[in-house]
Amino acid sequence: MTKAQRYFRKLSRYYLWFTACFGAFLVALALLENEGMPRLWIGYLFMFATIGLYATIGVISRTANVTEYYVAGRRVPALFNGMATAADWISAASFISLAGGLYLHGFDGLAYIMGWTGGYCLVALLIAPYLRKSAQFTIPDFLAARYGGGAGGRGGPVRAMAVGATIIVSFTYVVAQIYAVGLIASRFTGVDFSVGIFLGLASILVCSFLGGMRAITWTQVAQYIIILVAFLIPTMWLSVKHADNPVPQVAYGAVLPKLAAREAQLVTDPKEIDVRQRFHDRAEALSARLAALPASWDAGRRDAQRQLDAVRLRNGSLSELRAAERSLIAYPKTPADAARLWREQRDANLARSTIPEAHATPFPGPNQASSDIRRNNFLALVLCLMLGTAALPHILMRSYTTASVHASRQSVFWTLFFILLIYLTIPALAVLAKYDIYTSLVGSDFAALPNWIAYWGNVDKINPLISVVDINGDGIVQLAEIAIDGDVLVLATPEMGGLPYVISGLVAAGGLAAALSTADGLLLAISNALSHDVYYKMVDPKASTQKRVTISKLLLLAVAFIAAYAASQKPADILSLVGAAFSLAASLLFPALALGVFWKRANHIGAIAGMATGFLVCLFYMLHTNPILGGSAAGQWFHIAPISAGVFGVPAGIVVMVIASLLTRAPDQAAQGLLDHIRAPE
Amino acid sequence: MTMPDAIPLDHAARRTRLLAARAAHWRQARRVTALLLALWLVTSFGAVWFARDLARWSLFGWPLSFYMAAQGASLVYLTIIGAYAWLMRRADQHYAHALDGAP
Repeated sequence: MTKAQRYFRKLSRYYLWFTACFGAFLVALALLENEGMPRLWIGYLFMFATIGLYATIGVISRTANVTEYYVAGRRVPALFNGMATAADWISAASFISLAGGLYLHGFDGLAYIMGWTGGYCLVALLIAPYLRKSAQFTIPDFLAARYGGGAGGRGGPVRAMAVGATIIVSFTYVVAQIYAVGLIASRFTGVDFSVGIFLGLASILVCSFLGGMRAITWTQVAQYIIILVAFLIPTMWLSVKHADNPVPQVAYGAVLPKLAAREAQLVTDPKEIDVRQRFHDRAEALSARLAALPASWDAGRRDAQRQLDAVRLRNGSLSELRAAERSLIAYPKTPADAARLWREQRDANLARSTIPEAHATPFPGPNQASSDIRRNNFLALVLCLMLGTAALPHILMRSYTTASVHASRQSVFWTLFFILLIYLTIPALAVLAKYDIYTSLVGSDFAALPNWIAYWGNVDKINPLISVVDINGDGIVQLAEIAIDGDVLVLATPEMGGLPYVISGLVAAGGLAAALSTADGLLLAISNALSHDVYYKMVDPKASTQKRVTISKLLLLAVAFIAAYAASQKPADILSLVGAAFSLAASLLFPALALGVFWKRANHIGAIAGMATGFLVCLFYMLHTNPILGGSAAGQWFHIAPISAGVFGVPAGIVVMVIASLLTRAPDQAAQGLLDHIRAPE
Repeated sequence: MTMPDAIPLDHAARRTRLLAARAAHWRQARRVTALLLALWLVTSFGAVWFARDLARWSLFGWPLSFYMAAQGASLVYLTIIGAYAWLMRRADQHYAHALDGAP
């Protein structure tokens, strides 16, 4: 038995033990819940036990060795590297929001499944093995070595641009992860949002601060196991309930036709039509008020005032008085405020008045042209997500940690394998949960609503995750009366399936693991780019290894606190930009990475021009077409949504890179030699 | 008299063989990559572009287009990556063989 095999055996034994202990922990909690332990305690136990676990792994794997700190000693076996990359990859968005997105958007949501799995083909075929062969430490490192140029041919400009790209892409992403940590912690344990953020931050820091890549690799493997268990148990349960088959990925095929039949029934149901008509009427009324601004604003304010006076006059009850006061306070302060608020309300009402689309129908639309637009957008989004996946620094840098080039190829295989265990389950969960809601919630009595609706409806008072209101007053739930936020789906699945609360706690722990593992990887990607590429390669090339690791740790601390501070401000604009990170990553880095390996003639001027053009085209398109950023949908090219801006940025980057490379001198001997080395087998 | 001459010649021959083996390996790598990338592109593009046409057929209850987007395409991707690892492993072995196979 070789040394590598012994190492693999040892790791397998550790993680099997870990899984067994985790199972025992679950059983113990289930028993305690049976004995009457309160829900809040279960939430606390899950949160502190898992965070403590990650911190412990971090302490055990602490290191001050440069290779261990940056690339985990380059000896992580392919299977475990795949698991760690999968945890790195599965973010809070994948774990919590993706199933809800599929629930809400049906076929359109599948673009994320296709895009986020297909991207690994590009990683495996075009990038990962060559990165591993180059045996550098970071992505900017690789690009600088490949392209050279700048002062002394050390690739300074290319390196600086790649560092910028890494930071732009990773920072928006890490803020979203830390935000999710705060959200999950506050929802499940009732602690304040910012306390939740700093608890999560503490566990991230203990782990990556002490052990860098080595610690986060072993933590991520543990986190993956928790993510997997947390996602599979409730879905399997729901699958048994509706399809008598414990394998949800196989079972939901049988549920889809039943769901389609139920959907068709709900489209023509007279009560559903009635509720939709009521929403339509409300939207019409708001349109009328919008048209009559500013007179309607004045009239509305006087009405609210009069109502309050009337309640006071007839000595109404305290709650009536409160309600009237509140509506006066909440009344828009200026006609401009009113216009914004009423427009939002009108759109919301209008959205709820439309006939729900069939879940499995691809690209429904009133006519061929609008259906084609949806198809083109789907395709563009899939492409952007794929190219973006193949350019995310925190994923790519994991190919450095394997033991050999062959292991890096295997590692991508295992990565996708472990991602698919979750990703093939997500559409199943969406269909099963939809069927559950359409059949057991719709048509039930308002007096007998299940408990989880009240519970999850009250968790977030400002933006309720779910609200069910009897619009037409018939005492029976209609589909159109349910307003549901995608996020609640995964969180509430255990209760939907009638599972004990301990499973809900497990799901929360899974969401937390997903967010923390991704945040770990992203923070390390940022701080490594800053410490290795900026500090060591550009500022102080003579720094001792000790100093390099120390600087790296300090930078990690700084970046983590900045990200946590940004997240605690609840920045709606940053969060809405996370989807854009993929387009940006693709436009910035993909052409330089892929052409750098496959086209010998590509030189550093081409790379710089390509990166700049890709970035500018992508940014321009987003600013030009995204209403949040001050653009308008009228500026769209070929009706492509701003999230898919990369579909223009990448080709523009490639074209400019090719032209600029051809117009300037071919790369020097050193770069050619390096390329030959990268391409050559071991 | 022959000894000093033979060593540089042997060096040159070994170097030629190394370069030839490397070139063959890189050709093979490019061929495999191109083939698998084409498969990747056809799968992705086909599953999306023809989704409305594929919806007419069904597979164990799934409309075929939904199945392809939700599972089929992803499983093809996994197969592509597996095939790549396997084929490149073979190419690596060929390369090693070409280097120490001949005298």
